[in-house]
Amino acid sequence: MKIVVAMSGGVDSSVAAALLAEQGHDVIGLSMQLYPSGPTAGAPGDERFGSCCTLDDLHDARRVASAIGFPHYIVNFERQFQETVVSNFVREYTSGRTPLPCAHCNSDLKFSTLLDRARGLGAEHVATGHYARVEQRADRRWILRRSADGDKDQSYFLFPLTQEQLARAMFPVGTLSKPQVRDEARRLGLRVADKPDSQEICFVPDGDYAAFVARRQPEVDRSGAIVDQGGRQLATHAGVHRFTVGQRKGLGVSAPTPLYVLRIDAETREVTVGPRQALEQTTLTASGVNWIAVNAPAEWLPVTAQIRHRHRPAAARVRALPNHRAELVFDVPQAAITPGQAVVLYDGDVVVGGGWID
Amino acid sequence: MDDARSATAALIGAEASELVFTSGGTESDNFAIRGIAEALEPTGRRHLITATIEHEAVLNTFKALARRGWKTTLLPVDHSGIVSPASLETAIADDTALVSVMHANNEIGTIQPVADLARIAKSRGALFHTDAVQTAGKIPVDVKSLGVDLLSLSAHKFYGPKGVGALWIRRGLRLIPVLTGGKHERSRRAGTENVAGIVGMGVAAQLARAKMSEEGPRLAALRDRLEDGVLRAVPGTVINGARSPRVPNTTNISFDRVEAESLLIALDLQGFAVSTGSACSSGTLEPSHVLKAMGFPPHRTQNSIRFSLGTGNTEDDVDRLIAVLPGIVEKLRSLTRTPVRA
Repeated sequence: MKIVVAMSGGVDSSVAAALLAEQGHDVIGLSMQLYPSGPTAGAPGDERFGSCCTLDDLHDARRVASAIGFPHYIVNFERQFQETVVSNFVREYTSGRTPLPCAHCNSDLKFSTLLDRARGLGAEHVATGHYARVEQRADRRWILRRSADGDKDQSYFLFPLTQEQLARAMFPVGTLSKPQVRDEARRLGLRVADKPDSQEICFVPDGDYAAFVARRQPEVDRSGAIVDQGGRQLATHAGVHRFTVGQRKGLGVSAPTPLYVLRIDAETREVTVGPRQALEQTTLTASGVNWIAVNAPAEWLPVTAQIRHRHRPAAARVRALPNHRAELVFDVPQAAITPGQAVVLYDGDVVVGGGWID
Repeated sequence: MDDARSATAALIGAEASELVFTSGGTESDNFAIRGIAEALEPTGRRHLITATIEHEAVLNTFKALARRGWKTTLLPVDHSGIVSPASLETAIADDTALVSVMHANNEIGTIQPVADLARIAKSRGALFHTDAVQTAGKIPVDVKSLGVDLLSLSAHKFYGPKGVGALWIRRGLRLIPVLTGGKHERSRRAGTENVAGIVGMGVAAQLARAKMSEEGPRLAALRDRLEDGVLRAVPGTVINGARSPRVPNTTNISFDRVEAESLLIALDLQGFAVSTGSACSSGTLEPSHVLKAMGFPPHRTQNSIRFSLGTGNTEDDVDRLIAVLPGIVEKLRSLTRTPVRA
């Protein structure tokens, strides 16, 4: 089978590609160049320098491909990356929400633009180094499952994939644990076997999201009020993009008990803070919901729901609303339900569906 | 090395003593432009002229000098991809130190009227440099009939080794070395000579010179076969720079509604090595500055592929390419999500 592997230059996608090649598949490695590379790229303070998919990473991918013996190409997706992932990131922070760019990159870039490129080359499948599993059920429906290694699981970032996208997706390392992947890399003699994992959002390697957003959307740098739940002003802040729901540090407010960000209103630029227990909520609604394992449920459906990458899924019931929306009620209140993040619904390790928290 | 120098000089009708071996075309261009700019600086000639379609080795050297205070002028081209002598007449001034216009363009192959341009430069007391990397070894190059003062060469463009080239400097012309150090190359280019590369360049020059009269027409016929075949077999294609005088081995074709990057990969997978724009950009895809300078719209500058033919290519290769191309293009067009259109 002819398969395009999206290669970041890291160990996971390198092993994914090498395993498929070892199984006898006709592998083509494609690495996406997502940021400009030039004389100043990578210089200190240069925001264009990424923590993943840099020129060095692309060269790592190329060397893995040449060591294993399959073709590898770099495709330039700078424009598409800006138009889909980066612009969404800036827009979300500007509207007082907390974006999840990796999920957009998966559904709007890897399994759309890159998949189109793959099909143009005669490959009907795109494989990545994600820790997740995709399977076709007896009723022909494609199912997304957590990876065998629950700790590394990345199914949370893959929830927007449609049936059509899942049918063309392959996750060769989804059945392995991270140590097993590194062992495979060593067995295959890959030079990236001990390369550290990437951590931060790749296009903001210094982790200063507020500065990144302000560089692209300078008008967001406008002060506003920090208020308590009664609407009493406690302090001023320098822009709503500096806050995320549940945040405790950096509020610039002294109080006898710790205060947390409860709400961000981009219109009035008001940031509401309150005590820990005020963060807890039982209900949420979500938009852009993608149902994977079931058709949109008209009746309440019991699930476990995950509201952040590192959130322990909690029991809840969910039902579909019109216009690809859904409402969800947790059995017990959850802290910091954050607009802009994803709520991903599970039945055991099967992804039932997911959506964007309103 | 003496033999290599003589053989390389013979390729361009020059004297062996006028050649300085370098690390390639880029260094030769840098040496010519920076060396003259610096040598003439005390005379007050601080104006430099080149063309919009030059190789980055020239364009970025001009940019670097512009940042350091030199006045620079870029001559435009029209759809033909040719620099007009009239535009040089207009641009040249009493303080023009150097005019640098390539002999043939690296992306579309158009041959520039270097002799005419050099005459204009000379009449105004300016020096003339030409980057002949694309022509030397492929078509006759004669420094005397071109009337230039400096000429850049690169060995690998005529099947010599990579990493070696030469700058021809008209006898008696003084320029400031870019690489300073020992007295190598008559004190014009310091550093231990790349002897293996230089010897290879000499042999390649000899072979290129011996085969040129046969190989030129053969490649031109192959090129025509390729162009005719592509235009006939693939709808929505157009040759860039077709009606202009060109080197025989290069053609540049735009494919409507096809991303050049995908076409390049699909062809590579089938065993055809082609390039988008200039092969020197590191695997990235930017619209060709040459096609942009020719005034073409995005669908032509972003969707173009350069096909280069060489000594190993046969009619069979061309026919195989024409056999697979329509299917590849059709498939890519059917899957392009955001096609670039006219």
